[in-house]
Amino acid sequence: MNTQKPTIGLTETQSQNVSRRTFIKGAAMSSALAGVGFAPSQLLASMPGEINNQPTVTRTNTLSGTEFQLDIGTSIVNFTGTPQIATTVNNMLPSPTLIWREGDEVTLHVTNHLDEMTSIHWHGIILPFEMDGVPGLTYDGIMPGETFTYKFKVQQHGTYWYHSHSGFQEQNGMYGSIVILPKEKDPYDYQYDHLIQLSDWTDEDPADVVKNLKRMPDYYNYKQRTVGDFFSEIQEKGFTAAFNERKMWNEMSMMDRDLSDVSGSTYTYLMNGANPATHWRGQFKPGAKVRLRFVNSSAMTFFDVHIPGLKMTVIASDGNLVQPVEIDQFRIGVAETYDVLVEPEDAQAYAIFAQAIDRSGYAIGSLTTDAEVLAEIPEMDPLPILSHTDMAMDMKDMDHSMHGGMHHSQHQGMNHDMPAVDHSQHQGMNHDMPAVDHSQHQGMNHDMPAVDHSQHQGMNHDMPAVDHSQHQGMNHDMPSMNHSQHQGMNHSMHNMSEVDANKEVADWPVEQAKIKWGPHTNMRAEDAQYRLSDPGVGLRNNGRKVLTYADLRNLYPTRHDAKPDREIILNLTGNMERYMWSIDGIPYSKADPIHLKYGERVRITFINNTMMNHPMHLHGLWSDLETGDLNYLPKKHTIVVQPGARISFRVNVDAKGVWAFHCHMLFHMAGMFRKVIVA
Amino acid sequence: MKVHTKTAQKLPGLVAFGLIISFFVFHQSAYAGMMDEPLVTKFTMDKLEISNAKNNPKKWELDFWVMKDIQRIVFKSEGETVDGETESENMLLYGHGIAPYWDVQLGLAYDTHEEESHNWGVIGLSGMAPYFFETDIHALVDSDGNLGLRANTELELLITQRLILVPELEAEAYSANIPEMKLGSGFSSLALGLRLKYEFKREFAPYIGVAWHKKYGNTADFSTEDEEASLVAGVSFWF
Ligand SMILES: [Cu+2]
Repeated sequence: MNTQKPTIGLTETQSQNVSRRTFIKGAAMSSALAGVGFAPSQLLASMPGEINNQPTVTRTNTLSGTEFQLDIGTSIVNFTGTPQIATTVNNMLPSPTLIWREGDEVTLHVTNHLDEMTSIHWHGIILPFEMDGVPGLTYDGIMPGETFTYKFKVQQHGTYWYHSHSGFQEQNGMYGSIVILPKEKDPYDYQYDHLIQLSDWTDEDPADVVKNLKRMPDYYNYKQRTVGDFFSEIQEKGFTAAFNERKMWNEMSMMDRDLSDVSGSTYTYLMNGANPATHWRGQFKPGAKVRLRFVNSSAMTFFDVHIPGLKMTVIASDGNLVQPVEIDQFRIGVAETYDVLVEPEDAQAYAIFAQAIDRSGYAIGSLTTDAEVLAEIPEMDPLPILSHTDMAMDMKDMDHSMHGGMHHSQHQGMNHDMPAVDHSQHQGMNHDMPAVDHSQHQGMNHDMPAVDHSQHQGMNHDMPAVDHSQHQGMNHDMPSMNHSQHQGMNHSMHNMSEVDANKEVADWPVEQAKIKWGPHTNMRAEDAQYRLSDPGVGLRNNGRKVLTYADLRNLYPTRHDAKPDREIILNLTGNMERYMWSIDGIPYSKADPIHLKYGERVRITFINNTMMNHPMHLHGLWSDLETGDLNYLPKKHTIVVQPGARISFRVNVDAKGVWAFHCHMLFHMAGMFRKVIVA
Repeated sequence: MKVHTKTAQKLPGLVAFGLIISFFVFHQSAYAGMMDEPLVTKFTMDKLEISNAKNNPKKWELDFWVMKDIQRIVFKSEGETVDGETESENMLLYGHGIAPYWDVQLGLAYDTHEEESHNWGVIGLSGMAPYFFETDIHALVDSDGNLGLRANTELELLITQRLILVPELEAEAYSANIPEMKLGSGFSSLALGLRLKYEFKREFAPYIGVAWHKKYGNTADFSTEDEEASLVAGVSFWF
């Protein structure tokens, strides 16, 4: 056994060895320095009567062992100055951190002290479907007063989480982290290990939040385009250009600043249950390595995370180890997890800064040598503005006119928010070989702007001819493998010896339902493309190295996985104006289940026909995300489908039963949901 | 102030009728947690204002809807009270989503003018036209086969996130004279408004503005004052 294992979320002084001896049944360890966003003494005055008899929330504990008692009830929290009742597990928010060990069988007794049904779903955990915890699908839920006992063998390791799968309890505070210690030591050394659980809290009843969105879809959006914005654009570009740039949005009645359905106008963003004022703190000593386990337990919020002054090395995604990638910033979708290593050199406080995607607020904490010393609050980045790329509009027509040089201004306007790459490509290629350029455009320019980017830098300059033919070859010969080819090339020309897997010919049958168009659906992704190397709206060309899916490569080879037997294409659809979400234009209540055959390997492709990011979560089965190199597909449980984009993953259908498959945005979930039956 | 008895009796009755119908139609599936199609209600007082025109007319414009998925029941009412004389247009409609931004509507309209009232059957379109124009178009037909057309469109221009300028246009036309309602055949009236509101909350915004309306053709002949411009002040709110 190794001598000094870091302990999750503990400061060094508190740290204990998680060895076999201390690894006893349900042992509770004290929590990190994390404050829980309120001072109990503040609560004494003027509390509403109904709140009075509720317990006050306590700090999040770490529970480890093989048998756990989890009590679901309500507790008082105060994140905004007004005491509120949260739905909690063991009276904690976040819920207790569970430490399991790979290979153990864990038993979890969950008792419902609420007056409504509840449930716990173990997010990303591979288990028998009866233990998955989705009411109405895998069991009946846990009724008031009842105890349900979950029991399953832990077959994986890494960072995961758990949450209620009933009503809006998750929004109301019912989520916790799971850390599974590996059987064999991780290939990384680190001296500190901190969980960073991000979430969004609202004092409103979550059901009222949905009603507000239904009554007024932009209810929470206080970053809308103003008349002044339009005037300054006119000043900048002239009336025609400014008007034309707005034209498509206006004609489609869509807004380019519609990034998050619910915003900081109602949300307080939390890091480990601490609001920005309380400020979570995690300790380190200069020169020591720190593992940060990020979990996004938000109901509706994507975060863009960076630590000014520190590089992060991503080592795991959704619990699974990936080849280390050094980055400055990453976007974490709802329900995703990322593990990163950092090595702070100086004895100072570093801000862990998680901005909400719409820049309406942030969660913040400090990595600090002294709990009294907090990092300065970084400035928020500018408001991201959606581009035509994010709408996946058919731009071929526009390109035609642009080639003619007629609408140069329009071109500029359009490219504004698109990866600058397109632009340089235009310049680089347009002049030299206008005739070829066109096909190039269609083939790749739209495909993956960011790939272009690296390509552009890496290869274009030196050998434009090679680059070109390669592109053409790929585009025409095997269009469906287009992206992985690109990626493979892009990332690892050095991987030539393993390139066979990348030459996989797409000859599997493809099943695609016709989208039901109508009032449910207000946008069609005409030209949805793989955008794996696109960091996403607001993060493009921001001067930082931002993690993209193209950077994720499994630490272990996956080239022995079989070729898919078939492909299922699913369209993510919705109508923001009516606040309705669906798949293929059909909401869950009216949809047939998806049938998968036990033992098959299926390729699933999403096309996002909306302007929102959708983090799609398949229960019970791993999603092997096609990030570019078939030799190293990373395993994920939640896959973010960017607005107007297309993305594919493969699934080994190795678990029988009934599984949920849905968008993890809590308020999209009711409609954007499918039952998957594996038989 | 004299309240007109006939109107006063009929109007609340119609409102109550609308409410009752709405709840009966939809009450089957009350809103619960993760329901796919929650039942949502919304009452909007779009305008409740006083004008500086002669005798300070008071105006209201409201709607109430009960909505589930793409179906909704809508009650609309607008009107004006001057010197105790009230005229109003009221509609009870069933709306069904036919396109992403459009509902087709079917129902009844009930107009009042001083002592008189008039019933119509209504078919219409309600929704958002490109460039974010909130638009209603209603075609009316009465038991005598007279036709009417009422259209309304407005736009919200954000000066800031809370200070909002709302230009509005309203037009009406009829196929025949209906003297007791003071409606004349042909293009009958045009109203323009420009209101500047401040949303203290999404649900509550006081406003000031200018309103102009003009009556045309036979309708103008029925009226003593065929053109009027005024300043208005009021509140809009919803819940
Ligand atoms: Cu979604």
